[in-house]
Amino acid sequence: MNVGLLEAFALIVRRELCLSFRRPDQLLQPLVFFLIVTTLFPLGLNLQLSLLRDMSPGVLWVAALLSSLLSLDSLFKSDADDGTLEQLALCGQDLTVIVVAKTFAHWLVSGAALVLVSPVVGTALGIPTEAFLTMMLSLTLGTLTLSWLGAIGAGLTVGLKRGNVLLSLIVLPLAMPLLIFGAGATDRAISGTSSAGALYFLAALCVFTCTLAPFAATTALRITLE
Amino acid sequence: MNTAADGLSVEKVHVWRGDRHVLQGVSLELRPRQLLHISGPNGTGKTTLLRVVCGLLRPEQGRVSWHGQSISSVRTEYQAALAYASHEPALKGDLTALENLRFAVGLKRRVTAGELRASLERTGVGACADLPARVLSAGQRRRVALARILAMQATLWLLDEPFTNLDTAGTALTGELLHSHVQAGGAALVVAHHTLEVDVDVRRLELGP
Repeated sequence: MNVGLLEAFALIVRRELCLSFRRPDQLLQPLVFFLIVTTLFPLGLNLQLSLLRDMSPGVLWVAALLSSLLSLDSLFKSDADDGTLEQLALCGQDLTVIVVAKTFAHWLVSGAALVLVSPVVGTALGIPTEAFLTMMLSLTLGTLTLSWLGAIGAGLTVGLKRGNVLLSLIVLPLAMPLLIFGAGATDRAISGTSSAGALYFLAALCVFTCTLAPFAATTALRITLE
Repeated sequence: MNTAADGLSVEKVHVWRGDRHVLQGVSLELRPRQLLHISGPNGTGKTTLLRVVCGLLRPEQGRVSWHGQSISSVRTEYQAALAYASHEPALKGDLTALENLRFAVGLKRRVTAGELRASLERTGVGACADLPARVLSAGQRRRVALARILAMQATLWLLDEPFTNLDTAGTALTGELLHSHVQAGGAALVVAHHTLEVDVDVRRLELGP
């Protein structure tokens, strides 16, 4: 009769995806933001292609970080506002499972979507096709890590009326290593040298946050629920 | 001592909210087949007490126990046995009434769409099952929340102002449901301004300022 962990996980992921696809505008906004910000740079700076290529990893990564932040605010907030978060907290499942499922679903509709559109942006910024694989891999690791860092921030700020600015202030400094290694990996791939070192660092950060952040985010959420 | 191990007991609970001493040593006992009606003026901590009983809020002092054990030590069993309705209906506007129930009840126990539809029928909102919750009226949303409580098949109901926004028929229905729940061996803790018109022995707890 009881619902197992995996079942509960799958049910919450389905719930989150269902909710996201009922609101396509909220789904598309961060993606459109990502596309627009990255096209603004070449327009505003009027660069030569070679200069643009040098700048593109940084531009790509900053835009990716900012656009991921846009949707983070609503991770727990909408559920907290309408009372469904309390229902989830009392459903008999461990709150950690709920937090993991919600964050994973959030990554699927924000981070994974960003990775999928990144080749378009890469082309616009003059990144050579050979570097796409490294760029997408680094973005995958980076957005996953960022979703987890964001879950901690979102858990801490869920009780605040205007928490999104504070959320950015908490998450962005923590995201600096991601920017350094992510842009570094993409940069090396463009120049044709090995980007393995930077990717390993990103992967390590990703594993580190994936294992510890769920507990931190759950604790943060439990405190704010009181 | 034997009876103390059965049901819910709250012993001398104290809660401070900032400087305010909201709950000042509240104690209560609730056994199967009992209904406890908590009333009192606004701001006397009725909702706070309910949140303490749920385990959402940890009291600064005192103890809440379920079947003789502290609720934090038997959290999973306790949560499986309780159904809580806050004063908001806690529905997702973008999901249909049925989906709302499926995602809320489905985390608690395995449930079929047929069962969920049946409980929506029972609370008189069967026709709204496939409508998004955002187009429902406040009263209908309350009825969907009631259907969720029903579908959870919990032994302990914790209801915060369940009569808000309900019409006369809805109020009577809630009374009936409480009656059959208690008759079937369940227990219920109801926070309400109304006098409860339920055909069972209602015990009262008045919280004062």
